[in-house]
Amino acid sequence: MTSKLGRASLALAFALVVAGCQTGTVVLLPEQDGKETAVVVKQRDGDATLREPYAAAKFSNTGPQAYKSSPEEVQAQFGAALAARPERPMEFTLYFVEGKDELTDESKKIVNDVYSEIAKRPVPDVLVIGHTDAVGSHQINDPLSLQRAEFVRAGLIQNKVAPENIVAIGRGKRELVVPTDDGVAHPRNRRVVIFVR
Amino acid sequence: MRDLAETGRCLGRLALLALLAASGSVANAADIGQIKTARGEVSLERKGQSMPARVGMRLETADVLKTGADGSVGITMADNSLLSAGPNSILSLDRFDYEPTTNQGRFDTQLQKGTLSVISGRMAKQSPDAMTVRTPSAILGVRGTEFVLSAND
Repeated sequence: MTSKLGRASLALAFALVVAGCQTGTVVLLPEQDGKETAVVVKQRDGDATLREPYAAAKFSNTGPQAYKSSPEEVQAQFGAALAARPERPMEFTLYFVEGKDELTDESKKIVNDVYSEIAKRPVPDVLVIGHTDAVGSHQINDPLSLQRAEFVRAGLIQNKVAPENIVAIGRGKRELVVPTDDGVAHPRNRRVVIFVR
Repeated sequence: MRDLAETGRCLGRLALLALLAASGSVANAADIGQIKTARGEVSLERKGQSMPARVGMRLETADVLKTGADGSVGITMADNSLLSAGPNSILSLDRFDYEPTTNQGRFDTQLQKGTLSVISGRMAKQSPDAMTVRTPSAILGVRGTEFVLSAND
């Protein structure tokens, strides 16, 4: 701790003493696609909500102290952690011919992109998520969506992707990509989403 | 008659689903994520044992990752959350309960010291209280996805 204190600013040293060595910071980063974002910081003596990119808080024994950070500051303090980030999951969507365990022609072409993404990654693992449209109950759609995912998983295994690296799940009609009323058939909702990670 | 057959098939599928769900939750308990990047000195502590952490290793609930002065590590969780720690860090995966059909669950991690980058995943997207990151002095509730934090450094 002593050598670290030597490097720290006077203000930080003061904060360390006041907080009984329980220091730390949090900085909210910009979202990749500009979506809304927030982190709530709770301490024994107060809380703060960060909403804007680079909104930040220092932890102290009088609660979180809000401040504005910057890309340079984040890089200086968190560069190593950010450099260690795993590659983001790559998402692919495959569509089915209505009422069949058969991919549309368009989707058959996408399958090749899935394999090349898997080949690019050092330790690939694959999440396969089946979806249905809004026709029928959860009791019908949950197994159907899982069946679609298992069909895609089987195809991946046939093409030499290791079974232990593929998880297949079914979300039923819970995540419609085209929002519809319950009971409405829609081909874009009958799909399997693949995350290569 | 056709209805009856349909019902029978449906029940069969339900039973299969229940079986898959049961085996799925077992798989989740034993396999909640994977080490995707590792540099320098990184160790994994599991049930009181410490071992060198390597890229490709599967993670379990209660695992603790530690990095040395030259170390860093990056992991992908089953719900697509991405966590990565910089040097001199201790990160514990305290709880990871993930029900993939509903995206419901609970993910609690703790950064005892060091630096951490977080990109939250499907659970946090589904419900704002599903993911927390603790430090010795603060609790972070994850509403959005990308942030960095430090503790005791």
